[in-house]
Amino acid sequence: MAFKIVEGCVNCWACEPLCPSQAIFEAKPHFLVDAKKCTECEGDYADAQCASVCPIEGVILDGLGVPVNPPGSLTGIPPERLAAARAEIQAR
Amino acid sequence: MDLKVVSQSGGCASSGCGSSADRLSHLPEAIRAKVNNHPCFSEDAHHHYARMHVAVAPACNIQCHYCNRKYDCSNESRPGVVSELLTPDQAVKKVLAVAANIPQMTVLGIAGPGDPLANPERTLETFRQLSEKAPDIRLCVSTNGLALPAVAEELSKHNIEHVTITINCVDPDVGAKIYPWIFWNNRRVKGRKAAEILIEQQQKGLEMLVERGVLVKVNSVLIPGVNDEHLKEVSRVVKAKGAFLHNVMPLIAEEEHGTFYGLMGQRGPTNEELQTLQDACAGDMAMMRHCRQCRADAVGMLGEDRGHEFTLDKIETMEIDYAAAMARRAEIHAEIEANRAAQRQQTGEAFVSLSSLKRSVRPKVEPRSVLMAVATTGQGVINQHFGHAREFLVYEASVNEVRFIGARKVDLYCAGGDTCGDAETTLQKIIRTLEGCEVVLCSKIGYEPWSQLEEAGITPNGEHAMEPIEEAVAAVYREMVEAGQLDQAKAEPQRLTA
Repeated sequence: MAFKIVEGCVNCWACEPLCPSQAIFEAKPHFLVDAKKCTECEGDYADAQCASVCPIEGVILDGLGVPVNPPGSLTGIPPERLAAARAEIQAR
Repeated sequence: MDLKVVSQSGGCASSGCGSSADRLSHLPEAIRAKVNNHPCFSEDAHHHYARMHVAVAPACNIQCHYCNRKYDCSNESRPGVVSELLTPDQAVKKVLAVAANIPQMTVLGIAGPGDPLANPERTLETFRQLSEKAPDIRLCVSTNGLALPAVAEELSKHNIEHVTITINCVDPDVGAKIYPWIFWNNRRVKGRKAAEILIEQQQKGLEMLVERGVLVKVNSVLIPGVNDEHLKEVSRVVKAKGAFLHNVMPLIAEEEHGTFYGLMGQRGPTNEELQTLQDACAGDMAMMRHCRQCRADAVGMLGEDRGHEFTLDKIETMEIDYAAAMARRAEIHAEIEANRAAQRQQTGEAFVSLSSLKRSVRPKVEPRSVLMAVATTGQGVINQHFGHAREFLVYEASVNEVRFIGARKVDLYCAGGDTCGDAETTLQKIIRTLEGCEVVLCSKIGYEPWSQLEEAGITPNGEHAMEPIEEAVAAVYREMVEAGQLDQAKAEPQRLTA
């Protein structure tokens, strides 16, 4: 099984140096994971490193194709609370 | 180490006081030597010396709500944005090329576009090579502080004398509204716990650097409704721990920048809110007010960016004889210092005359203070045409002193407000940028802006071209006092129609 970087990646470089298997490489239009090298960090770390440092929701998929960081998981604001949070912030 | 820092807003009874150049005079010689030609650590130095950043550090270990990690943009000017990422070898080549071509460049900083200490190898390798090849350049680094305790010892070994830590809070509840997560010990940590760890590491890093004799500047982003009141506490805490300078910067949050705050409609502070907070913090420590919030690959004097002259393809073709460049740089620096000494003397005399003014007007009501905007390209003098100015330096003149308040950019980002519309002309934008100022000093000015400025209650003045800024401001203030213009409250300017 291997992780995958998909469209939306902003090429911020955060994941590349962390990968214990050197499976992540710079590419156009965005970084990619070498599926042959990726171990999903098994045996090295409790959490997959690329998905734990990635700042963009939805751009890293696990071996099943499911986003590791779904909408709202990184901003801390679940989609259903977005409108209320926006109103709160705009009142500042 | 406990640095005694006199606040800029403190009272001042003696003559010859009130000039920004003199505000460093109370510092121990060793400290003064470290900041004398550092444009970011000394307000006076920023008129004369330039800095550069090299973008060797892309990766980051935290998320700040005011930062968009898509940093590649050539048209925006704000922290965290760069055009090309460099390897340490390319960065060293660029630094030598800039040093040879812009001899007044004295400082090389690494400020991102990510966190320079998140993966410190690239940052440290750049410093290692430069301390060997260009010993006349000061090295400094900016960090969010998370990884600082782990590398503080190594930084002090590399001859890094200046470090900037961005500290927006000392309370995790405030921090949780600014930092949604951090990457710590190989895991993502979210919410309050994340802020707690970050704050702990920042404070520990600050203490470690101060123990090692490194000068620390603390940057704080003023976020209205989030950390505005809290920054006074931040200022107290970091000062007590030995930080040298506090730089409170306004939040930049526009929707088109794609930051969380920008997209959510968080507003930035007004000029007045920023100044009020800076003044409140000034009671606790020296404040930096001349920051231009530059890009992570900026080159040149603060407020200008000559990065386009030193792109990778251009520096490839430059042959640099650094030994020869270093000799030339030393000559130019000596010239700059001679020039500064002469200006200091002139300005000192102007302040003597200001304090005599105070004595002569004492029986009457004390004249009110006045804000004046200045157009300058550097060297500490008024030397820019009004129409060429992309920013204005704002000074406050009173019978006690002339003090620098801050720089206001004209067209780089909009300060907001409901009068803002597409039909607004550049000149109207400038006039709004100068809100609160009663005089604008420049080398020359055209007829049309002259009359529009006057209508808006701002008097253009081109009579002090090539004079030292603070001396000219003092002279204009003196004229206003003598003409009786300052005996009563400020006249309301005519309302602008947008």
